[in-house]
Amino acid sequence: MLEALGEESIKITALTVADTTEFGILRLIVPEPEKARDLLRSKQFTVNLTEVISVMAPNEAQHYAKVLRILSDLDISIEYTYAFSIGNKSIIILRCSNTEEAIKALKEHELELMRASDLYKI
Amino acid sequence: MEREELKKVQSERLRETVERVYYNVPYYRNKMQEAGLGPEHIQSTDDLHKLPFTTKQDLRDNYPFGLFAVPMSEIVRIHASSGTTGKPTVVGYTHRDIATWSEVMARTLTCAGANRHDFIHVAYGYGLFTGGLGLHYGGEKIGASVIPVSGGNTTRQLQLMHDFGSTVLACTPSYALFLAEAIEESGISRNELKLRVGVFGAEPWTENMRKEIEEKLRIKAIDIYGLREVSGPGVASECLSQQGLHISEDHFFPEIIDPRTLKVLPQGETGELVFTTITKEGLPLIRYRTRDLTRLTYDKCTCGRTMVRMEKCLGRSDDMLIIRGVNLFPSQVESVLLEMSEIKPHYLLIVDRINNLDTIELQVEVDEAFFQDKISQLQSLRNKIQNNLESSLGLGIKVTLVEPKTIERSEGKSKRVIDKRKY
Repeated sequence: MLEALGEESIKITALTVADTTEFGILRLIVPEPEKARDLLRSKQFTVNLTEVISVMAPNEAQHYAKVLRILSDLDISIEYTYAFSIGNKSIIILRCSNTEEAIKALKEHELELMRASDLYKI
Repeated sequence: MEREELKKVQSERLRETVERVYYNVPYYRNKMQEAGLGPEHIQSTDDLHKLPFTTKQDLRDNYPFGLFAVPMSEIVRIHASSGTTGKPTVVGYTHRDIATWSEVMARTLTCAGANRHDFIHVAYGYGLFTGGLGLHYGGEKIGASVIPVSGGNTTRQLQLMHDFGSTVLACTPSYALFLAEAIEESGISRNELKLRVGVFGAEPWTENMRKEIEEKLRIKAIDIYGLREVSGPGVASECLSQQGLHISEDHFFPEIIDPRTLKVLPQGETGELVFTTITKEGLPLIRYRTRDLTRLTYDKCTCGRTMVRMEKCLGRSDDMLIIRGVNLFPSQVESVLLEMSEIKPHYLLIVDRINNLDTIELQVEVDEAFFQDKISQLQSLRNKIQNNLESSLGLGIKVTLVEPKTIERSEGKSKRVIDKRKY
């Protein structure tokens, strides 16, 4: 799969693998999701696009905790989350049960949400 | 009995049966009239081939009692299938039918060397299933001491087998092997058990299984055959020579047909076994297609019996699978899948036998539109499929979700089943 993306020079911003004894799912963040999806589909992969939220925060655990707390207090469930750091900043990726509501809540707490276009520039 | 003499008896009984169904069962009368036949056209077993076949579907279409040939006041017993493959098939017995059934079951047990001094441990299920009560009545008929322990509760089974001194074990072959292992684990020494012989049926089993049962339980393992529609267990049984199963052909007349052309095959050829019951009153069946594949031998057996023998069944002429005693057609799985929009009806059933128990796995493709990156969603989908299958088929099937387009497509009839069990 990576070879296929590489051949078309599609960059990968983030990659995680979720697997259980029965299922394996590879999650990717790429600058051109539609293009990557169509390419992978043409190579017989099963691909779908999904919305995630990315939050930029100082690279400290308490900030990550704060984000989760806000969502937890609103009973928004988190399907999965992961994070990576760049210098003293960290980028938190969240897949929530209710994306709209989560974005609203995070904005109210003046957290810095990143646009897709910005994320892809990293 | 000489064959000519037997044929006379069979022909006479056939004539009576045909006359009875013609006048008492509208279904048979219509079918015969359509074929331009009246009872007078069937004078001997040589004329049998003129009559139309009866199938399981005919039993279902006439559910529940439509094919019974006597008033319900004459029916003293009703058995039925579990109905996992559609509407249950229902069979009814008169007093005389029960007596005949007991008689043929007594023959089965006698074939296996059992007599009035035996303790018969009946671990077949009792109830609508014919296994338990069939063995029970046969055991009583030969004067043995019958222990109607029925299925399940293995610990108690072993205790009773030990304390009562059971000598004959009656159950499915897979349960026999399960018991063998349970005995090893229980610490009971084989020498403390008096088991001598086992009568095993209700599911297909291999010569290898027979060897294993005989070695582990140190008994003679006898194959018995029967099907509820025809009567129940007792239709045919091996003798101690273990050279094919003697059919009680004075009650159940066998034919072997080519399942495609439906023509009767010459003696000795392999094909589908068809039975006509020639003494039954409650539910007489004319040319009932068993779908079991076998062949017949008319030679005299080394045991001295002259009744025709059928070979251990070699398979089926339809795609029915028997999984842990439950009948399953792939089309039933398909219809459950078709009701669910999240999956494509591209699937593969993989059947195997692991530690002598049948296992079945369903691989099914998830619809791409439904595929998401949430594991919880995939798991709940898998559970949903598993539950839907279990509730409509009564069978636990392991479900594995696979990616779209990964199950091999073939032109024409696709391969839906891989059966790794060795018969």
